[in-house]
Amino acid sequence: MAILTETPAGPVVLSAEQVEEIGRELDALRARVVEDLGERDREYIYSIIKAQRGFEVAGRGLMYLGFLPPFWLAGVASLTVSKILDNMEIGHNVMHGQYDWMREPGLNSREFEWDTVCPADQWRHSHNYMHHTFTNIHGKDRDIGYGILRVDEAQAWNPLRLGNPLYAFFLMVAFEWGVMGHDLEVENIVRGKRSWSDIKSLVKGQVRKAGKQVLKDYVIFPALTGPLFLSTLAGNFTANIARNLWTFSIIFCGHFPSGVQTFTEEETAEETQGEWYVRQMLGSANIEGGRTFHIMSGNLSHQIEHHLFPDLPANRYPEIAPEVKALAEKHGLPYNTGSFSQQIGSVWAKLFKLALPPALVKSQPTGVIVMRRGTASEVGV
Amino acid sequence: MVGLIDLVERLTTPHPLDRYLELVRPTLTLRQMRAEITHVRRSAVGSVTLTLRPTRQWTGHLAGQYVQIGVVIDGVRHTRCYSPVNTQTRRDRHIELTIKAHPHGLVSNYLHENAIPGMVVDLAPAAGVFHLPEQRPDRIVLITGGSGITPALSMLRTLATEGYQGRVLFLHYNRSPEWVPHRAELQALALAHTNFRVEMLYPELGQDPNFSYDELERLAPWFAAAQTYLCGPPGLMKAVRTVYEAEQLSDRLHLEEFVLTVAPADPATAEGSVTFSGSDITTENTGASLLEQAESAGLTPAYGCRMGICFTCTAVKRSGCTRNLRTGEVDADPDQPIQLCINAPVGDVDIAI
Ligand code: FES
Repeated sequence: MAILTETPAGPVVLSAEQVEEIGRELDALRARVVEDLGERDREYIYSIIKAQRGFEVAGRGLMYLGFLPPFWLAGVASLTVSKILDNMEIGHNVMHGQYDWMREPGLNSREFEWDTVCPADQWRHSHNYMHHTFTNIHGKDRDIGYGILRVDEAQAWNPLRLGNPLYAFFLMVAFEWGVMGHDLEVENIVRGKRSWSDIKSLVKGQVRKAGKQVLKDYVIFPALTGPLFLSTLAGNFTANIARNLWTFSIIFCGHFPSGVQTFTEEETAEETQGEWYVRQMLGSANIEGGRTFHIMSGNLSHQIEHHLFPDLPANRYPEIAPEVKALAEKHGLPYNTGSFSQQIGSVWAKLFKLALPPALVKSQPTGVIVMRRGTASEVGV
Repeated sequence: MVGLIDLVERLTTPHPLDRYLELVRPTLTLRQMRAEITHVRRSAVGSVTLTLRPTRQWTGHLAGQYVQIGVVIDGVRHTRCYSPVNTQTRRDRHIELTIKAHPHGLVSNYLHENAIPGMVVDLAPAAGVFHLPEQRPDRIVLITGGSGITPALSMLRTLATEGYQGRVLFLHYNRSPEWVPHRAELQALALAHTNFRVEMLYPELGQDPNFSYDELERLAPWFAAAQTYLCGPPGLMKAVRTVYEAEQLSDRLHLEEFVLTVAPADPATAEGSVTFSGSDITTENTGASLLEQAESAGLTPAYGCRMGICFTCTAVKRSGCTRNLRTGEVDADPDQPIQLCINAPVGDVDIAI
């Protein structure tokens, strides 16, 4: 596995032994957390669920006063917070199996549904399996640009790429719908690699799930407020959009800021557990912030920790982050982190930069090289 | 009512209404049955008797059946089966459970030490075919040992309240009198009903012999004409079965085995057989992950990462013990979802795929 990265000191070379050592240390860290899981984690997730339900009920209630602008705004804010918590700190994490060990039917990864139009089972395939197994491998991880965007130099440029920032903007506004369509792999249908019959059942599931969501937010709840129908409808719509902007931003900060690495299938064939860990670390980026910020981002602000241990409860990520960082430093590996404005700024800069033909853009320098079976991989060196 | 719930669930979609109601009060749930502990009594040594008030979904039990209850211990919900000891005709719809604390019984120990009134537990509807037939037989033998007493207690009490006129032998084995739950009540029942014979034997005290044909013949010479209900530890079960088989009375013998899965001393050994009960396939345990064993048995279970991160391969383990290949953790709880790709069977295991 050869990895391109920006390190101020130039390329870092990791020996095969060093990679295995990293694997052992991370395995030990994981084992320690698993051993310690218990009542505290249960209390944590239930406190988040209680808060989320509270915000939801408050948001729906405030819509009855929606004729007064401050109440309407407060209602929208409440509902937005509720949807963000539901999607990120609860939904995303529960569906990763982070709380399966609790054996609570309501918090089981196979049974959980979230408050967004994408059916949970499709998300578990496109995200838990495809993205988390093949993180940042070109041709395998469809999260690299989501089939729409150019977010990495290794993606070919063509004139259509000029619209890159614009596509990103539309994806951001309609993010929940983009997430819903992700598992369809529409670009593969356009290329003839997938047929419509392959996706029939997916579409059916989407219609069913999205139908329920739309009915609830845009028909039933507005109707229940009687004369305030339009005001409630607008409020629910605004909350959904606001949630989209936020989730898009957090998620794009996880893998697309500068300094994040991508890989090829050859580099990652027959990976060892240690190499898998290194790929997860170099392919993810964190965001710094306070406790509330981390919770509101579903702790995806700890994307590195999440990618190393996707099934550990999210409240553990902030606790183990210092250890992961120290381990990265010890081995000279980059630990990509920065403030929210820094990371999101870097994401948008990249979206603009990669819209342009490669000839006009300066390319990234070479960085970490991982020795496999005693020989330095030549890719990218 | 159901129509109304459905309507409200349009509003709470995608979450079931119960996920909201339980936050207000754990026993407010509409679909999920729960029960609140109202009384806790520790009379016999090593056991505790709980009275439970189930939520409105409870439809009662037949004497001899069991219920499953779930309690949270250190953040994890564990479920176990217990036979209610109350009559099946109890008016106030309460359930009485007598639970013996087993040395390695996580749940029974926990309840023995921590159960207090007000505690809420999960409850599943009564189940099991080990119960008195609706048409009561003329003669009944109840043979139990240790905590196997519970289904028989419910049977005897039910028969007493029904004014049953036939003959009953209630034969119970235990360590010593203090260990027998509800002993005083059993003796009172025997006094009040001349057709009930209650015998308690304590082989460990050396006063009484173990179960034998002669013993049964002495206490109930009519046993061949009776329906016999048997529940107890393996040794007792075997002794009784042997006698009934020799007498060609096996069809009159009804048994309830409690399957206690105990983790073998060395979990890494590959022995026993793996049953995929959803597809009627049984194979020798090879020690490989359950996913690999299922595949080499010709099955095609769903999978993704094959490394324990995506949870695509999760399936329900009906019974048996498994070992997590990543953590080494051993799990012997029945009916648990497990990841096939990172769990290996330890001894006999039944997977529902
Ligand atoms: S196949 Fe991914 S967890 Fe088992």
